[in-house]
Amino acid sequence: MHELSVTESILNIASEYAQNSGASRVTAINLVIGQLSSIVDDSVSFYWELVAENSICQGAALHFERIAAKLACQDCGMEYTIPERLTPCPRCSSFNTRVVSGEEFYVESIEIEKEVIKST
Amino acid sequence: MSAIRVPVVEKIFSANDRIADENRRLFKQNRVFSINIMASPGAGKTSFILQTIKRLAGEFKIGVIEGDTAPVTIDADKVIAAGMPAVQINTGGECHLDAVMMSEGMNQLQLAELDLVIVENVGNLICPAAFDLGTNINLLVASVPEGDDKPYKYPNIYRGLDVLIINKVDLQPYVQFDMDYFTKGVELLNPGLKTFPVSCRTEEGLEPWIDWIKGQILTASQE
Repeated sequence: MHELSVTESILNIASEYAQNSGASRVTAINLVIGQLSSIVDDSVSFYWELVAENSICQGAALHFERIAAKLACQDCGMEYTIPERLTPCPRCSSFNTRVVSGEEFYVESIEIEKEVIKST
Repeated sequence: MSAIRVPVVEKIFSANDRIADENRRLFKQNRVFSINIMASPGAGKTSFILQTIKRLAGEFKIGVIEGDTAPVTIDADKVIAAGMPAVQINTGGECHLDAVMMSEGMNQLQLAELDLVIVENVGNLICPAAFDLGTNINLLVASVPEGDDKPYKYPNIYRGLDVLIINKVDLQPYVQFDMDYFTKGVELLNPGLKTFPVSCRTEEGLEPWIDWIKGQILTASQE
């Protein structure tokens, strides 16, 4: 896919929130990525070091929380997770389904450090 | 030093989505209907656009934004030869158009003078699906020789569609393509999706599409 531009977006979002919080550096970024969003973790991690270099996020760890793709059958109410391909309802074979989860794609939180200035 | 957790919860594509919203607003303000056309390479995007322009040119003013990964102007030249303003956006090797490139293309068109803007996205079934451009509809040109398993292999692009064109239906007797299997996959991903089977070569099936799109352009021009 286009992991480079995705990685740059992650950097922009994290940097903005870090600056607004008065951070001196970002130690970790927690990402939530649904199975259906077709993002390759390894590629993002690969680009991350290059993209984050010389930014407030340099050295920050990326944590990926993967959300499984779950569908709900609109005919019999069955909820089921799918492996890789979309499949009809395993109970009644209906194609009338709705995505419950798996499309998530966001920065959930960042972990930052602040310089504490001690008065002597 | 003190470690602090800062909640964010911001979509990774939020910057793109904001610009897409601005593009959407500009189209609406100018009463222009807009279509984002996606497909794999060779499915017939350009033929489909040229067939559409040919049938609408008498009644409507149409602008075309061409997304290409390399600075060639073959597609844009064909559109200009058909008598319509076309701008070419070279994505510099990027696999998709995004809302920023789209807005640059829109700036080069006289939107106020147009009724319809057709965007030809980069030939790719994966990346364009993730980037909202701000058009009224997302359309995919699928084609029979690509195979009937495409909805199952590229679910994301099918799920975001408003219109599906199945091109090259005249080739069905010559290739393995189970229309029922294909349609079932589409139904699973996007129930009730508006679908037009066509052949841009024999021109069969184009009239229902043209009637539908005319209705959409007229509605957008009156809003």
